[in-house]
Amino acid sequence: MTIRTRLIVIGLLAALSVFKLLPGNVTQRIPDAATGRMKDTTVRRVPVNLGLDLQGGIHLALEVDESKGPVPDCADAIQRAERVVRTRIDEFGTLEPVVQIQGRCRLIVELAGEKDPARAKSIIQRTAFLEFRITDMQNQFQNALPQIDVVLRRAGVKSRGAAPSAVSQLFGGDTSKVAKDSVTDANTPGALSSLLFQGQLPGEFLVPEEQWAVVDSLIQRPDVQQAIPRGIDLKWGAQVESRGAKSYRALYAVESRPIITGEELQKATARRDQLTNQSVVDFVLSRRGGRKFGEETARHIQHYMAIILDGRVQGQPPIIKSQISSRGQIELGAKPLQEASDLALVLRAGALPAPLTIVEERTIGPSLGADSIKDGIHAGVVGVALVILIMIGYYRLSGALAVAALTLYCLFTIAGLSAFGFTLTLPGLAGFVLSIGIAVDANVLIFERIREELVHGKSLRLAVDDGFKHAMNAIVDSNVSTALTAFILYLVGTGPVKGFAITLIIGIAASMVSAIFVVKTLFLIWLQRRPAMTTLSV
Amino acid sequence: MIRLFANANYDFIKWRRWAYGITAVIMLVGAFDLAVRGLNYSIEFTGGTLMQVETKTAVGTGRLRQALDAVGLRGAEIQTFGSDTSYVIRARIGATAGADTQAVATVVRGALDASVGAGQYSVERTEQVLPKVGKELQGKAFLAILLSFFVTLIYLAARFEWRFGLAAVLATAHDVLATIAFISLMHIEVSLIVVGAVLTVVGYSLNDTIIIFDRVRENLHKYRRQNLYEILNLSINETLPRSVLTHGTTLATTLSLLLLAGEVIRPFAWVMSFGIFTGTFSSIYIAAPILLLIEKRWPGQDARGARALGARGPTPVPAPPSPAAPKAPAPTPPRVPAR
Repeated sequence: MTIRTRLIVIGLLAALSVFKLLPGNVTQRIPDAATGRMKDTTVRRVPVNLGLDLQGGIHLALEVDESKGPVPDCADAIQRAERVVRTRIDEFGTLEPVVQIQGRCRLIVELAGEKDPARAKSIIQRTAFLEFRITDMQNQFQNALPQIDVVLRRAGVKSRGAAPSAVSQLFGGDTSKVAKDSVTDANTPGALSSLLFQGQLPGEFLVPEEQWAVVDSLIQRPDVQQAIPRGIDLKWGAQVESRGAKSYRALYAVESRPIITGEELQKATARRDQLTNQSVVDFVLSRRGGRKFGEETARHIQHYMAIILDGRVQGQPPIIKSQISSRGQIELGAKPLQEASDLALVLRAGALPAPLTIVEERTIGPSLGADSIKDGIHAGVVGVALVILIMIGYYRLSGALAVAALTLYCLFTIAGLSAFGFTLTLPGLAGFVLSIGIAVDANVLIFERIREELVHGKSLRLAVDDGFKHAMNAIVDSNVSTALTAFILYLVGTGPVKGFAITLIIGIAASMVSAIFVVKTLFLIWLQRRPAMTTLSV
Repeated sequence: MIRLFANANYDFIKWRRWAYGITAVIMLVGAFDLAVRGLNYSIEFTGGTLMQVETKTAVGTGRLRQALDAVGLRGAEIQTFGSDTSYVIRARIGATAGADTQAVATVVRGALDASVGAGQYSVERTEQVLPKVGKELQGKAFLAILLSFFVTLIYLAARFEWRFGLAAVLATAHDVLATIAFISLMHIEVSLIVVGAVLTVVGYSLNDTIIIFDRVRENLHKYRRQNLYEILNLSINETLPRSVLTHGTTLATTLSLLLLAGEVIRPFAWVMSFGIFTGTFSSIYIAAPILLLIEKRWPGQDARGARALGARGPTPVPAPPSPAAPKAPAPTPPRVPAR
């Protein structure tokens, strides 16, 4: 490899690392100052996540409560619980809550910045509630929209939509009829209707994602609630849907009365139908539930049925094709089996709520975290300064090259950690500082070898070449065995140990590149610049 | 040019019995201490409640103890944490409190409200762990260390020879034991961070041993006439400057962590600092002599280890090449360690 290609490779690696660490657009859910609800915003920041111990917050580990009798399948119970906690994620009111399953039967919830553990726990441990409701088949809500717009206009709420939307265009005539008292306003778009787009089925509306906090605050108003037709509720969809470049959130007008609740549900499984190749969810109801469901479905054939978990509509409401008693199936058409499994999970989550018990709870105050960062960085700076001093003092110019490579080492490692979505914790910070001390080992090995080769009377160029060559065996063997140990830690360990193992592996890789490849390149340049050099500053 | 220990020529192996003695003393004292006091496991392992409290004024551990005793939390540990307005209260399940960690936290808050006064303190950190979680952690940490030994053994057997692998693993096992003895003697709290430190010590020590063994492997090929005793000494001496430098830089970072990085990291830094010493020590005084012993007990192909201890005559005889070993020229006169 020529010096030129070597430099290009180093330049590319460095550029990639810098690019990875540039402040980028990160989507965060933050509480909306106006409404107090959560909304998505994008902020520019360096994409390195701080652990709870550095920014403060609450860490909870939950398991299925088996104190009141054994739970046969804890993995399924935890998956259901995860699904439930995820639907409530907005209620936490913190940035980027972490909800994940650890191992088989444990759920981890991390809430950075949250200060009230009691509130967080009550949200998580609340029992899930599942219900089936028929959507607003008579378009009662849609018909009432003009009236609601009038109510809002009277209350002084200005329309935010610039142009009349699909709905307000469709029902523009109605608006003028109802709003006799405000004829002058008749042609301006309604405060609410201008934000709603007609969905694909009766009672379904789409709201642009950036507007949903506004719409939500509008429909929560007491005067609007009054204007919504009796027997009709508004429920948000659980998922954000993207249509083209924009994301929407679905709003459903559903009947207030559930035709059946999760108590009656006994079983739900997903499968792919062999004949039609459709994704299907089979469900079984209790006998009592089956009777009730049979009566209801007979009355609602060709109607749409929303599946609501914890007040959020899950997926698109399916159509009722025929009377269903205790056994039914929901066809999802050509949608992937994953979606069917997800829906089955939702049904099970509502059917058999998993009682959760907290097995571990940690809270860290924000000031403690700030102190930790300050002290950690302080120690890091002093430690690194000492390493630099030792290296340059002992190996002089060669040491300076190693130090130059060390800055690249730091860059590569941090970029690598960021690329893996790694969270920086206090032990991680300590491990990183320590790794800087260890990272120079490869350079020390090489420089000592070069010195030995020089003592043996080899020419300068040969000594450098052989020094690198002969040091390789030791470097490779020692690092591979450390990496293997780290890999085992990664496989077996949990939480902090796992993070530690990742830091170690990335550190080893980065130190191989910087200590061997980068330093060799710097040496080659040095030797090329000074062909007449007779003594090496090593 | 500064050169430390260049052309060093110490007979390290000669002192192996002293080394065994020192190690045995540390281990025995450690084992005794362990048997009497037991390891000071953190809440993460034992289960229980930990609360770190910041008070406006220095209240003293005595007053806090009175307050906790008054509400029935006898035996809760109370320590100052870095400064005299910062306290850590630990109530372990079994020893002090029942399994309801939530209730304990409430009781502690109540006691503090009564004694220090509400608003006069703030809870900076709480940890509440059920013992089940701790049991799992212990098991997993142990499993991780054993598995990593096993994998190292296989790797070194493939890259070197099984004898080297065994010696390296035994030396590393020594480090784990010595570190545990150190943790016990210093009464360092065993938390996940400390387990991480022990695992780092394992990696670090292994690394160091392999660097020396790599030199041994190389010198075994290079100097056909020397026995293993001499080769080991030669290799340790040749790698001495590297050892001094690398341990120096690592120690510089661990010491700065120890002194500057604050109370949470301090146990980690203590264990790491000790680990650097024991790792260095074991690579030289445990790994190398054990390799010699193994080689003597189960001689390898050219049986130079078998000769090693027997050949310690007054004259460093260039021993006749064994029949099994192919006769190879010794390229340069090796520096034979002084006797």
